[in-house]
Amino acid sequence: MSSSRRSTIILENLRKNQIRELIASGKRLDGRSPDELRPLNIEIGVIKKANGSAWVKLGNTEVVAGVKVETGEPFEGLENKGALIVSAEVLPTAASYIEPGPPDEETIELARVVDRGVRESEMLALDKLALIPGKIVYTIFVDCSIINMGGNLFDATSYAVVLALATSKIPVFEIIDEKVVDTGKIQDPPINTIPVSVTFARIGDSLVLDPSTEEEACMDARITLTTNSNGEYTAVQKGSNGFLTIEQVKSAAETAKIKGQELRLKFQELTTTGQ
Amino acid sequence: MTQTRSLIDENGIRTDGRTGNQLRDIQIKVGVIKNADGSALIEFGKNKIIAAVYGPREVHPKHMALTDRCLLRCRYHMSPFSTDTRKNPAPSRREVEISKVIREALQPALMLEDYPRATIDVYIEVLQADGGSRCAGIAAASVALADAGINMRDLVSACAAGKVDDKIVLDINDTEDKEGGADMPVAFMPNHKQITLLQLDGKLNSEEFIACLNEGITGCMKVYEVQRSALMQKYFGNETELKE
Repeated sequence: MSSSRRSTIILENLRKNQIRELIASGKRLDGRSPDELRPLNIEIGVIKKANGSAWVKLGNTEVVAGVKVETGEPFEGLENKGALIVSAEVLPTAASYIEPGPPDEETIELARVVDRGVRESEMLALDKLALIPGKIVYTIFVDCSIINMGGNLFDATSYAVVLALATSKIPVFEIIDEKVVDTGKIQDPPINTIPVSVTFARIGDSLVLDPSTEEEACMDARITLTTNSNGEYTAVQKGSNGFLTIEQVKSAAETAKIKGQELRLKFQELTTTGQ
Repeated sequence: MTQTRSLIDENGIRTDGRTGNQLRDIQIKVGVIKNADGSALIEFGKNKIIAAVYGPREVHPKHMALTDRCLLRCRYHMSPFSTDTRKNPAPSRREVEISKVIREALQPALMLEDYPRATIDVYIEVLQADGGSRCAGIAAASVALADAGINMRDLVSACAAGKVDDKIVLDINDTEDKEGGADMPVAFMPNHKQITLLQLDGKLNSEEFIACLNEGITGCMKVYEVQRSALMQKYFGNETELKE
């Protein structure tokens, strides 16, 4: 059952007030402007055993994503498409208040929102990944490990997934006598577009991009928007216990599109030079 | 999502006979569960959903209690017989996420600070699912919360808008959700003009995004009228009787 008790850092009221007052005057505790991202550091192909991988550091948040490709049965209703499965786990290494165990609702939401961004943008041409339509298809797992919590897991995880997929080399499977055979060759996955997720926290009347842990501990509401290479919105998720005004949603959407494009250019540079 | 067949005919009529900005039929009955502190049954197209509210009451386990405000707990669950193929009764990842977004959609309307150390439990059971069950569930739950006499700032109304055949339409049904171009569920507090739930999957450009958001909010205002009259009906009888 979903409960309004949140697992997060404990922030003193004095500190909360300080953060809120600063943000109301257009400033942030770490000196960033409201729509400025923390330093983003990406390493590609760090896990050699995986078909693709990315290690993303967004401020203090660190996420490793790995792609593993197998074959299996297609999903119900998507018989002629490859299966894409995105999952996330917040490791007990990530913060003092995280305990090992099955994923909680926040982690499930995280994985589902990241999955939605990749799936709905049709980043991967899944219709090109069926071997025997209705029977055997490529199954692409993207598993994410959050190894340090520093706020804005949504974007850090999304960037890790997108970059791991975009730079992956997937095995070429062939069907010989109705059996799957790994030819030992590798291929680029069929990529249509690069989805970019951008998250804002509403604190008081202001929206701040890429919230840190402390900002998340005193935010009123959160909104994550994913855009594709054409600047179309492909996934949105409002989160946290408060509301957003219509104007705030519109302004977040506008900024997400601009920032998304900036980040996309950076990602494209990485995927062409990083290989 | 890529659309494969046309879902709106040349006269602008959708698969279930509605026009673009027409809602499905909505009926809300208040106080359908005798044991609950508040409850509502909503029939939203083919959706049949019960919402029951228990509380404010003591928290179990006790360590979950909050000292400065009320705990809010919410469960969205689909009955195994509610869908075309039997749904495994164990909570799926989808239900976990929906339980969370519904709780977050209801919370801004509730004066939780009025009931410290207590809990309010909201149970939403989908008996029959059509498209848009999370929105119908929110509409029913907010009526059930009002029926339970919980202090509230506003009702929460909810409705989905979306894109079908490159047109923005109101209140996406099951077929349109599965085959259409985009689905955007919106929950809205009609008197405060605040958005408490917003999700999107599909593809929308900037103009479509704004149009879809506005359409969703228009839908919420229509749902609000039904919620309001259902509550009026229970507590004041129908208007003709009142006049007599």
